[in-house]
Amino acid sequence: MTKDIIVQRERRVGWLLVLPALLLLLGVFAYPIGQAFWQSLFNQNLGTQLTSEFTGLSNYARMTQDGRFWQTMWNTSVFTFFSVFFEFLLGLGVALVLNQSFRGRGIVRTVAILPWALPTALIALAWTWIFNDQYGIVNDILLRLGLIQTGINWLGNPTLAMGAVIFADVWKTTPFISILLLAGLQSISEDLYEAHRIDGASPWQSFRQITLPLLMPQIVIALLFRFAQAFGIFDLIAVMTGGGPGGATETVSLYIYSTVMRYLDFGYGAALVVVTFVLLILVVAIAAFFLNRSRAKARGVN
Amino acid sequence: MTTFPESVSKSQRSSGINWRSLILPIAVILVVLFCLAPVLWQLLTSVKVNQDISAVPSVYFPRRFTLEHYQQLFARRPFWNYLLNSFFVAAASTLLALGLGAPAAYALARLRLQGERVILAGVLIVTLFPPILLFLGLLRVVQVLSLGDNYLALVLPYAAINLPLTILVMRSFFEQLPRDLEDSAKVDGYNTVGTLLNIVLPLTLPALATTGILAFITAWNEFIFALTFITRESMKTVPVAASQLGGASIFEIPYGPIAAATVLGTLPLVLLVLFFQRQIIQGLTSGAVKG
Amino acid sequence: MTQTDLKPTQAHTTNAPALEVRSLNKTFAPTVVPVKNLNLTVERGEFLTLLGPSGCGKSTVLRMIAGLEHPTKGQVLIDGEDVTRLSPSDRNIAMVFQSYALYPHMTVHDNIASGLKLRRIPKGDIEDRIRDVVDFLGLHELLNRKPGQLSGGQRQRVAVARTLVRRPSVFLLDEPLSNLDALLRENVRAELKQLFESQQAPVVYVTHDQVEAMTLSSKVAVLNEGYLQQLDTPERIYTHPANRFVAGFVGSPQMNFLTLPCDGQSVTLGNRRAPLPTEVRTDAKEITLGIRPEHVRLAREGESPTVEGTVSLVEHLGMHKLYTVQVPGKMPMTVRSLIPLSHTHSDRPIKLVFSGNAIHWFDAETGDRLNQD
Repeated sequence: MTKDIIVQRERRVGWLLVLPALLLLLGVFAYPIGQAFWQSLFNQNLGTQLTSEFTGLSNYARMTQDGRFWQTMWNTSVFTFFSVFFEFLLGLGVALVLNQSFRGRGIVRTVAILPWALPTALIALAWTWIFNDQYGIVNDILLRLGLIQTGINWLGNPTLAMGAVIFADVWKTTPFISILLLAGLQSISEDLYEAHRIDGASPWQSFRQITLPLLMPQIVIALLFRFAQAFGIFDLIAVMTGGGPGGATETVSLYIYSTVMRYLDFGYGAALVVVTFVLLILVVAIAAFFLNRSRAKARGVN
Repeated sequence: MTTFPESVSKSQRSSGINWRSLILPIAVILVVLFCLAPVLWQLLTSVKVNQDISAVPSVYFPRRFTLEHYQQLFARRPFWNYLLNSFFVAAASTLLALGLGAPAAYALARLRLQGERVILAGVLIVTLFPPILLFLGLLRVVQVLSLGDNYLALVLPYAAINLPLTILVMRSFFEQLPRDLEDSAKVDGYNTVGTLLNIVLPLTLPALATTGILAFITAWNEFIFALTFITRESMKTVPVAASQLGGASIFEIPYGPIAAATVLGTLPLVLLVLFFQRQIIQGLTSGAVKG
Repeated sequence: MTQTDLKPTQAHTTNAPALEVRSLNKTFAPTVVPVKNLNLTVERGEFLTLLGPSGCGKSTVLRMIAGLEHPTKGQVLIDGEDVTRLSPSDRNIAMVFQSYALYPHMTVHDNIASGLKLRRIPKGDIEDRIRDVVDFLGLHELLNRKPGQLSGGQRQRVAVARTLVRRPSVFLLDEPLSNLDALLRENVRAELKQLFESQQAPVVYVTHDQVEAMTLSSKVAVLNEGYLQQLDTPERIYTHPANRFVAGFVGSPQMNFLTLPCDGQSVTLGNRRAPLPTEVRTDAKEITLGIRPEHVRLAREGESPTVEGTVSLVEHLGMHKLYTVQVPGKMPMTVRSLIPLSHTHSDRPIKLVFSGNAIHWFDAETGDRLNQD
């Protein structure tokens, strides 16, 4: 009989409204990824005088032999693990503090989101200066406290440099986690805590049995976002150490960038992009699984 | 007998309160210090004279202040250009993201589209892509369309990067907007476009402002595309230009001007945060959590 | 209201009903309650209430009349004209929404004027009409306020004003009282009744509240699960419910339903046998007897009771007490009865009488009413 003309009209208008956004998203996200998959099957570098030559999977084969690739993977993993780990601990702590009521809470909250809003590249400059081996304030404080006798070359030592960039990243992105967790904390009804206290629970027990399970969806989301961002970290390290010293802080992103922009090895760069992409999607899929579960659980407790 | 346990519990409680009441202020002070110290140190550095900057031990309370580093920035570099570039690119991409994202969000929230779930899932996943995965393919697009050293090479990707957040935040906003309002407008005699412009849009302005601020911040801060697609000095954005400030030789790093550049480059965002912290928090949480 | 208000906005050349709904169907969609084969006619000056529990399809019907949903099948006619395919704005209807749907960014004046402006009515006319309505509803003080500054009752009046000023062919009201608190609701209900009695255009009113339906309407359509159960005057709905659903939905406290064994001629009620009225004699093994608690009374001295049992619960309702009585027997039953406050109850068995002419008989399987009166 008569089709539902209202729904039909709505759909037509709907697609008209969605389409421009969708096209831009496809152009900026889908095309580059698809292009990388395609280009990774070709050799296109200075050796081929920048013309494309089909080589099948040889770029991937080369990757297995590429020690620098594995080193950057390792660096990326170390950076991601430690920065996300400390950000989470600190972020949760800050969120718990900001969830208390005290005078001037509004101002403190403003201050607490400041690091997140500032440009990473500029913040990296600030941290480079802070960790400066001659005039840096870190060395100055440690010297004044008598903890060291001579200035430490923070960004010149492989281990310390990694520590320094992780520290800077923790500073920059802890606010992101604490904002998300704070929103989660505020959505937990005070009644639950009161009921729990009447049941005789200590604050620590309440934290374990109410706060953490109900906060779990926000925790998983925050960790997921942070994982993806940390795994693709570029600007902070590019400005602070440029990947040095001796490649000690070179992450996959930096390696991809120099493969393409410095060595002009487009085919291999594309293969690196593909592998990074696939790894990321894998982790996201796993995280999404846990997210669904934790959401279901939190709802169940509610 | 009866007073004994009471007095014990009282003293326990009072000492507990004292101890606990100290934790919070200390924690608050630590949070504030942690967040502000690096920025303040950079600010202080930017107004110190060179001798104080390179003094060992460090000077925490300089006697002399100077603006020479700021003057140098503008004298030796087109720093006004950097600022204006950043501002133009961020503003234009924000407007584009809102202009494309808000209608899409409305359609996803209200109109019965097929494939709505697929689109939303795609939008969500895309927020997790780091820009490094995109720059190679975009580089090709930029070359093919010869968009190098063209603001469009930044405006379009920035708008795209901000689209997922815009769509998610605006969609959750539209879903909260009572449907009756739009039905009422239809009964009153507005057509779809009229409803959107006269009824929905005025109510949407606060949400648009929220997402717009977030989009502006993201665009202002972007680094890798700006580094790759723009090479002409006068068209660079602040983050890239500041990171490339160098001296006459590697031994002569201009700490003062670098500090001044970071201060100038961060100042607009500090102001945004000061005025709009509520909107920023609201936007971030609704974008990430509701999705 | 001035004389001009009462003039119909369109010339009625035919004797067609003001609103007619012909075999209206709406199949299930994620956000829509289905409606099945609905036929309704509403004459000028009538006040029709669509009554039913949530999810019965009453709002869907209203939205289809408004043009906000499109029927899968069937037609909507306004003043004899088929408007099924017209958009809401072309139907000359006006609607009060449950949430009132006042535009938050416009003043009360602009809210009331918006529908008129869109119909390109001359500015002077608009102001005249607004003045009439504002006088009538006493909204002068509020004209320059925004909806956010109004109380719930004031918002409701503005929403009503917005429909009155339109002078539509049909008024549609979707649970307009459900957002008011109990006390206010009673006042506004009375006000609405007066107000729409002065209008010629008919009103279609949606509610789940039987008191609203009974007090306001000239006709009530009871809906359940998308089907029309009964279309009748409020009195008939109450005294002659068409089936068990209507009988149970309308009336508070709810009607007693007793499913009794029957042999075609008589039924077993407790330990007694009673003959069935001739018109309801049936071959079924069981039959449902319905009787409202107010028609179950205490047996007088020496009168033989219909049932006998023990009181298990006493609820004070103010004017009466509601007894819940357990009746033992081969098939134990529960009967609720409204008892005068003066009665003091003891542990002794209580004797109850069913007023004979207030008994409703329903088919035990289909729930359809069996007796004519």
